[in-house]
Amino acid sequence: MGLVLEKLAARFGPEIAATHSNFGDDTALVRRERIVEILTFLRDDPGLLFDFAMDLTGVDYLGEEPRFEVVYHLYSLRMNHRVRIKVRLHEDDPVIDSAVSVWSGINWYEREAYDMYGIVFRGHPNLTRILMYEGFQGHPLRKDYPKAKRQPTIGPEE
Amino acid sequence: MAERNEMETRNGKLDLQSEPMLINIGPSHPATHTTLRFRATLDGETILDLEPEFGYLHRGFEKESEAATWTQVIPYTDRLNYVSPLMNNVGYVMAVEKLCGIEVTERCKYIRVIISEISRIIDHMVCIGTNMVDIGALTNFWYFWKPREEVYKVIEELCGQRLTTAYTRIGGVMADLPEGWTDRLLAVCRGVIPECIADVNALLTKNRIFIERTMGIGPITPKDAIALGFTGPCLRAAGVPLDLRKDEPYLVYDRFDFDVPVGEAGDTCDRYMVRMEEMRQSLRIIEQAVAQLPGGPVNVDDPRFILPPKPQVYENIEALMNHFKIIMEGIRVPAGEVYSATEAANGELGFYIVSKGGGSPWKIKVRPPCFPLFQGIPHLVRGQMIADLIAVLGSVNIIAGELDR
Repeated sequence: MGLVLEKLAARFGPEIAATHSNFGDDTALVRRERIVEILTFLRDDPGLLFDFAMDLTGVDYLGEEPRFEVVYHLYSLRMNHRVRIKVRLHEDDPVIDSAVSVWSGINWYEREAYDMYGIVFRGHPNLTRILMYEGFQGHPLRKDYPKAKRQPTIGPEE
Repeated sequence: MAERNEMETRNGKLDLQSEPMLINIGPSHPATHTTLRFRATLDGETILDLEPEFGYLHRGFEKESEAATWTQVIPYTDRLNYVSPLMNNVGYVMAVEKLCGIEVTERCKYIRVIISEISRIIDHMVCIGTNMVDIGALTNFWYFWKPREEVYKVIEELCGQRLTTAYTRIGGVMADLPEGWTDRLLAVCRGVIPECIADVNALLTKNRIFIERTMGIGPITPKDAIALGFTGPCLRAAGVPLDLRKDEPYLVYDRFDFDVPVGEAGDTCDRYMVRMEEMRQSLRIIEQAVAQLPGGPVNVDDPRFILPPKPQVYENIEALMNHFKIIMEGIRVPAGEVYSATEAANGELGFYIVSKGGGSPWKIKVRPPCFPLFQGIPHLVRGQMIADLIAVLGSVNIIAGELDR
């Protein structure tokens, strides 16, 4: 287990559901309740210093329970290391706290995950669609969204 | 009397009060170059607020990928950053190879470095050229189009296409370099490219009009740039020397001697300076890579990933079956998840891929470098003039192909 995961486990032991370092990528699956606290710790701890939120995305594991996953990819400029934080969310309650207060740059990634998967980021300043348009029905990257699905024609508002 | 007092509080100037004006820019506007849209709130010509909007070029890259085989995704990656498609090809196959545990051959690594660096040069040329057009210096655009055309000729010879290259393969590349290709590449890299860089440098770098138009325009501090997730030339212009080629050396970048240029103010001028120097550094890398280029095979010797040679397919049933399986069902990628990042022309190009085993990806997420850069545009231009938005937008180099995916 890498240094990052050790530190994380020492501080948030019960919050960590699983860890692995497959393919050399340190990964921690955490519970969603204290996610902002965990991310703030990762950013501020003098031995971790994850100052970059490189990526955030959702994944739809249709058929598994819980169905959705939110994946954070963090990078530390000063320590030159990376970590992946994952949170599983149930289909009937795909809600997680927004991390915009931790990294302002994560704003649009959360909007994209909302747009594509319908994951709700609680406390997000402007949780609206980003790649799709207002009026688009459904969330296109969900596995039960057919690739060839048609959308109703939209026009200018009356 | 009361009226007079009010005027004095405004330093004696007659101040015309007016409502902020909402103005729409784009999505089809010559200065955005791609399909981007802004809603700008203006006070006179000063930008009070800016709301970027995009998605007009969204073609469902990630959704389409989930219905394709791993190899069929490679042509889709051409369309991400279509100014330097070879780099996307390299970034994607490196992610899949990480998941498969493939170690590509030495010659393949050098070829990938060479095609990445030549792509970086033409990407920067397009960025600087179009940026200068927007602020009124058309000549530089033509000066950079000439070497770019020569590079496209070399790329066309390499893979048959100028733009939709799809040159890399999982475990190697499409084909080895053509006979004498490196000589023709070096002729371009020693001839027309440095000449044109020198020409543009002479026209711009000490040009007072250019300096006054770009210096202090759209600046950003290192702290803000990091918080917003900036990478690539825009982050380095702010003085942060993050370059994955140095910090997480991939392929064979640790064997080359090159410098990472950084700026100070993070403004439009610094972004231009950093890109100009990066082109020179890329030329240095290409020179060294060609000199060190080893012989040997370009593809890994592994029939699970690489198509068998054509003569064998025609004569031998095992080879024919293997060929059929790889084409129809796709290569088998073990279950797992990886994130792999490369230093593309605009910054960190990351691929997060999830496989459940089998011939198709379960999930491919691209982390395009433009995405956080575009998010940071309001931060760069707030309080500045509307004309500066155009200068900043060009220098940040937003490519809608990878922004919208």
